[in-house]
Amino acid sequence: MLQRTTLEQIIPGQCAVIQGISAGRELSRRMIALGLRPGSQLLVLRRAALHGPLQVRVGHTEIMIRRGEAAKIWVQPYPGGPT
Amino acid sequence: MKKIALLGMPNTGKSTFFNRLTGSIAKVGNWPGITVDLLSAKILLGGDMVEVVDLPGIYNLHGFSDDEQVVRQFLEEQPVNALVVIANPTQLDRQLALVLQLRSLGLPMILLLNMSDEARRLGVHIDVPGLARALRMPVAELSAKYGQGFPQVRHQMEQILRQQGTPRAAQTGVLQEDDALGQELNTLLRQHVTIPVQIKAGWSERIDKLLLHPWLGLPLFFLAMLLLFEAVYGVGTPLQDALGWTLDTVKTTWLAPALAGFPPLLQNFLLSGIYDGVGTVLTFLPIILVFFVGMSVVEDSGYLARAAFLMDALMSRLGLDGRAFVMQLMGFGCNVPAIMGTRIMRSRSARLLSMLIIPFSLCSARLQVFLFFTSVLFSPRTAPLVLFSLYVMSLLAALLTALVWKRRFSSYEPMLLEMPPYRLPTLRQMFSQGWQQSRHFLAGASGFIVLGVVAVWALTHFPTGVTPAGPDTLAGILASWLEPVFQPLGIDKLLSIALLFGFVAKEIVIGALAVIFGSSNEALGGIISARMDWVQAYGFMLFTLIYTPCLATVAALQRESRSWGFTSFSLLWSLGLAWITSFLFYQGARALGL
Repeated sequence: MLQRTTLEQIIPGQCAVIQGISAGRELSRRMIALGLRPGSQLLVLRRAALHGPLQVRVGHTEIMIRRGEAAKIWVQPYPGGPT
Repeated sequence: MKKIALLGMPNTGKSTFFNRLTGSIAKVGNWPGITVDLLSAKILLGGDMVEVVDLPGIYNLHGFSDDEQVVRQFLEEQPVNALVVIANPTQLDRQLALVLQLRSLGLPMILLLNMSDEARRLGVHIDVPGLARALRMPVAELSAKYGQGFPQVRHQMEQILRQQGTPRAAQTGVLQEDDALGQELNTLLRQHVTIPVQIKAGWSERIDKLLLHPWLGLPLFFLAMLLLFEAVYGVGTPLQDALGWTLDTVKTTWLAPALAGFPPLLQNFLLSGIYDGVGTVLTFLPIILVFFVGMSVVEDSGYLARAAFLMDALMSRLGLDGRAFVMQLMGFGCNVPAIMGTRIMRSRSARLLSMLIIPFSLCSARLQVFLFFTSVLFSPRTAPLVLFSLYVMSLLAALLTALVWKRRFSSYEPMLLEMPPYRLPTLRQMFSQGWQQSRHFLAGASGFIVLGVVAVWALTHFPTGVTPAGPDTLAGILASWLEPVFQPLGIDKLLSIALLFGFVAKEIVIGALAVIFGSSNEALGGIISARMDWVQAYGFMLFTLIYTPCLATVAALQRESRSWGFTSFSLLWSLGLAWITSFLFYQGARALGL
């Protein structure tokens, strides 16, 4: 069986495509409004120290997302650095 | 009167557009049932007076965040002639969904694509006429920050107002779910919008490499905060002092002689009650102005979002975010603008929690009291350590408060924050906030502050015929009643009268002590050191540090929270915490034989 990868596990510099979001209605709405929707490509720019949030770029938007929330987005990493 | 509502997602430059459209005449309007400040202004547009309302930035019309509910409520209850929707063209792929949601309300609408200069630079191309046809609404490009395209936008707004005669309220019940809009959204984007997929590593990214560096990020953040603090209070505090000095000079050289013919009590009431009350309000204006100029640089440049990113690991454990930390730090200069500044946090509960902890920041006014006491009662070698311990206590009180109350004020709002690219703030942006906030402070807080000053004046001057602020005045009688409360803290009756003055402003505590002991300011040190030992003095300082910051802070708390319940709660909590801390220290020290 395939292991599900979440956004939280993506290392900085890695790109990924969003496969699905398993969050509550309110949170998923906000994610979609910021461009985090199934099918979007994203790039993890960095992770803050001390288990802090991630900085993620999707389209022309850069977002800060906490690890707990990033764990609700499952993704498919794809090879190659930032496009 | 015709009415226009301004809408858009956060970070689209909506407020910048609002300021350009309305000048600096905006006021906080009063809308029944709405609990956040909405700016509105009446302007002349196409020969009619039109009221323009700046609604909070929202991501979604369906959502349940505080701002989203406010916007829905406003649109349902307030009839408008037109909606003006602002979007960032480089992010149209995600922002167009909100435009489509709003269009389904059936109100006349105009779409403004702001930051057109930035979009062009990034290679974003939008077929404006085609998009307008497909959306069946006027679409215009502009740069609200620099003004390009603004006259055309104004003209289009005039036209749309001419077409729509009667204002209408929206029925948000008919809102379509986003799925239904998806098809149209994709078609629109495919046909009329070209956003390059290829994103160049811009200078914004290069700045982030340095400012968000895993090792250097935090030290640079603290350096930036230090510089901001120095800039704001290095300019603001001398201005505040100069204004205070001017007001005092006017009082003694002009006002006092002019009132010499009046009965002494009336003279005193006018000078020490009314005039000093108004003076207290006025001396906060320079610091509020300079504070918001500084904050605008931090916010509009995009650095505030980076501060949130850097501090989030620590602040999330306290139920807060990094922006609260910035305000807490700035509170060490003055609590009042820091409390007003919490409005950058859009979740009400996060804002309230932040407002609850800011008053514990040891502000420059309290520092004056502590400098006096430490220099009188401690040796030059220990005085700095004592002062440092008070700063530590200030942080501990804030930390404890956040930990105790974070559950009660827990925020349901998802903590997803946009990190906009770095931008240069314009002078116009910098001063509009400072100007607006000063006016809001004047309008919202001045009455309460003057009333409070007059009340304390009355307590310390009645009944007539006894020494002002002495044990026979109302304040003295009140202090006698409260003696059982303050005695366990080692604070005697006369000192507790000084605490009553400290409720008005900490700056006047030392002066009040001189009045109470009937001494000059210079001789006060001797009297204090003869009356108190260091344990009593430290207990007194702890109490002064933690209890109610000052009247202006209370007024700011009330104005910003719009709740007397919350304001009283904050007062009681800090009073209680001050008492317990002082009690534990004083009794503990005495038990140890100190």
